[in-house]
Amino acid sequence: MSVIYILLTISIIVAIGFFVAFIIAVRNGQFDDSYTPSVRMLFEDELVKEKTEKTILTKND
Amino acid sequence: MSKTPCFHCGLDASAAEITFDDKPFCCNGCKTVYEIFSVNDLTCYYDLQASAGAKPSDIEGKYNFLDNAKIVESILDFNDNTTQIATLYIPHIHCSSCIWILENLNKLNPAISASIVNFGKKTVRVTYNCNNITIKQLVKLLGSIGYEPFISLDDYSVGKKNVDRSLIYKLGVAGFAFGNVMFLSFPEYFQVTGFWIETYAPVFRWLMFSFSLPVVFYSAQDYFISAYKGLRSKILNIDVPISLGVIVLFVRSTAEIILNLGTGFFDSLTGLIFFLLLGKFFQQKTYNFLSFERDYKSYFPIGITKLYNDGKEESVQVYDIVKGDRLLIRNEELIPVDCILINGKARIDYSFVTGESEAVSKKSGDKLFAGGKQLNGSIEVDVLKTVEQSYLTQLWSNDVFNKNKEDGFTTLTNAISKKFTIAVLSIAFIATGYWLFVDSSKALNVFTAVLIIACPCAIALAAPFTFGNLLRIFGKLKFYAKNASVIEQLAAINTIIFDKTGTITANKETSVMYEGSNLSNNEESLLRSTLRNSNHPLSRSLYSLLDQHNIVTLDTYEEHIGKGIEAKHNQDTIKIGSAPFVGATAETATLNTAVYVSTNSKYKGRFTFYNKYRKGLSKLFNKLKKHYDLVILSGDNAGEQENLTKLLPAKTKLFFNQKPEDKLEYIKHHQKSGAKVLMIGDGLNDAGALAQSNVGIAISENVNIFSPACDAILDASKFNQLYDFIKASKSAIKIIKWSFLLSFFYNSIGLYFAVTGQLAPVIAAILMPLSSISIVVFTTVSTNFLGRKLQKKKAY
Repeated sequence: MSVIYILLTISIIVAIGFFVAFIIAVRNGQFDDSYTPSVRMLFEDELVKEKTEKTILTKND
Repeated sequence: MSKTPCFHCGLDASAAEITFDDKPFCCNGCKTVYEIFSVNDLTCYYDLQASAGAKPSDIEGKYNFLDNAKIVESILDFNDNTTQIATLYIPHIHCSSCIWILENLNKLNPAISASIVNFGKKTVRVTYNCNNITIKQLVKLLGSIGYEPFISLDDYSVGKKNVDRSLIYKLGVAGFAFGNVMFLSFPEYFQVTGFWIETYAPVFRWLMFSFSLPVVFYSAQDYFISAYKGLRSKILNIDVPISLGVIVLFVRSTAEIILNLGTGFFDSLTGLIFFLLLGKFFQQKTYNFLSFERDYKSYFPIGITKLYNDGKEESVQVYDIVKGDRLLIRNEELIPVDCILINGKARIDYSFVTGESEAVSKKSGDKLFAGGKQLNGSIEVDVLKTVEQSYLTQLWSNDVFNKNKEDGFTTLTNAISKKFTIAVLSIAFIATGYWLFVDSSKALNVFTAVLIIACPCAIALAAPFTFGNLLRIFGKLKFYAKNASVIEQLAAINTIIFDKTGTITANKETSVMYEGSNLSNNEESLLRSTLRNSNHPLSRSLYSLLDQHNIVTLDTYEEHIGKGIEAKHNQDTIKIGSAPFVGATAETATLNTAVYVSTNSKYKGRFTFYNKYRKGLSKLFNKLKKHYDLVILSGDNAGEQENLTKLLPAKTKLFFNQKPEDKLEYIKHHQKSGAKVLMIGDGLNDAGALAQSNVGIAISENVNIFSPACDAILDASKFNQLYDFIKASKSAIKIIKWSFLLSFFYNSIGLYFAVTGQLAPVIAAILMPLSSISIVVFTTVSTNFLGRKLQKKKAY
């Protein structure tokens, strides 16, 4: 049953890993603005569409 | 006539007849913005949200102060002489189109490498190469597409402010530890004896101990500090029993695992702190885009044009202005210091300072006070005093602005916590005393168990969740309160004081009444044609209020500054202006603003301007009069007294000609005799009164732009719902009292186990989260119900 020590160590390391990720995310300011990113992620499509249109235009030129 | 909305900004475009690309525009400014966007392939802007734009304003010369390197340096976040980063506040940001266009600035100017919008704060953080574009050009670019940034004295040296994220860290630590401790304590919940548990229990217990260390010593430190402060000033606030509970939990649990008596209460300990912090976090609803702490600095320009003897102009920082400097104040610019007018025609709008709605004319040699806004071309002035010594800014040296309102206020939670703490301690001592006689080995166990189970987690959660949720509901209804204690104080008020101009009157609207002999059709058309030529604000508003008439071409037209206008058409002459100018006699004098008219040198009559009161004002006052003392303190003259007495309930007290200090003193005086005052105002002139009152609410036509320091901001359109907001706050207090009852019920169950000496960790681990969660559910559901009721009221 000593395997429990290994299991505990692993589980705590994993947990601490997530905790560190959380701290880094807060430090980077990801929790400062919780609204704009939700809108921003919807924009990518429009930008791509536009760029392709532009490239078509330049090809025709 | 059908209305066609402007493709860019949505205003009526039918009159302008400007079309471009088959799309209607209301003005050339909007058309230009559209052109900029279409040339740069950015018309996607309009797909996201129709008519999202704002009219670009003319900002020529306005941002000359950005040539001054010292000012620029103070605004920038980062500067290495090639790359600069600036965070600009743009009040117009309001929809997804705004985010999209501002984050695509690099398409408009390649020197901009990145721009990131923070929608909540309404800021854009722009990174650009300053060799190719200066900040002044950047601001102009933003202005040209309708996103003019707002730069005030507040921005000076503000850029380096650090955000306080400690609550999120503390919450994260507590949540992390809570989850892990819970999982580590499971084995002992289900198996009490046996070889396995005896072998491995110490490992689990010491792991739980180490997880709880950061929770007790880091996450919970605010509670210890607050309890210590409370005890030092001899107040038993809610944090005292909480801290006591936390300390007892930790000490007893540690003792148990050291002496190998049991598993301890680490799960309850971490869970308790996690829930408490969650409540704190929930309550901390902040409106990032609003500022409740504004003083004159947010209104004042950061730079101003200084004139030298040789005619050279230079932008200087306002703090660098010294006595004797000569300044150039442009049209629409704010006068930052007390000064003497030297050159130019001054028409100063003092509405920020005094609440007086009418602009005043000044002539050369007159003294001008800081805070006035020049409305009529540019003027030259000589500085009398520096910014800090000016008349207006001195108001802020009054003590009220350094006082924290929350200090003097006992919250409901703290009021109950006093009795609660005493009761819990007596129960603990009585039970311990009893067990000392019966079975002294259990006495210490019972004593600590009572303190643990009575830890008022549920009580401490009731207020934050109720107020936090109500704060959000109010926010949706455009009533923005600074924090939870504002709602609590709002429920306790008994006197309501209103400012007049801008608060109970609508700012932009006036109604006009004509008194005198009737004007013939010809005269009316002549009047309107004459007014059409004048740019005076009174002429403009009178012109728009008059009926449609044929516009005739005038033979002569002359404007006498400060007096009136004179025009001639065929044989008729007309004079419009002040009483002496048109030859009206003194008996017709009125306190209200009036425009007098005479034709062919014969006095005809006058147009008197009356304030237009907000919709539902009378109804609101009639509802309020049953419960509150109502007072109106106006900085304006008594011209509207008659009108107001007719409109408002008889016992409303009216005071006119009140200076900012008078308002403050009035409130202070009444507070001394026990009044709990709600002050409702709008301008800088109310700032002192808003700070002195128990609750200060600022009314704002546009919540994004101007409001003085206050406790809450109410959107002007919601003014008639004021009573509903007060009523909802009162109901919130009731909800909290019910939650207290609910948590006492849980506490008595827990105390039964504690007093009888049967408190097992598993019972505590079930009871504590159960009571907390049921309180959270109860308060959330009932405040949502309140919110539903509020929203329904809106429909009427």
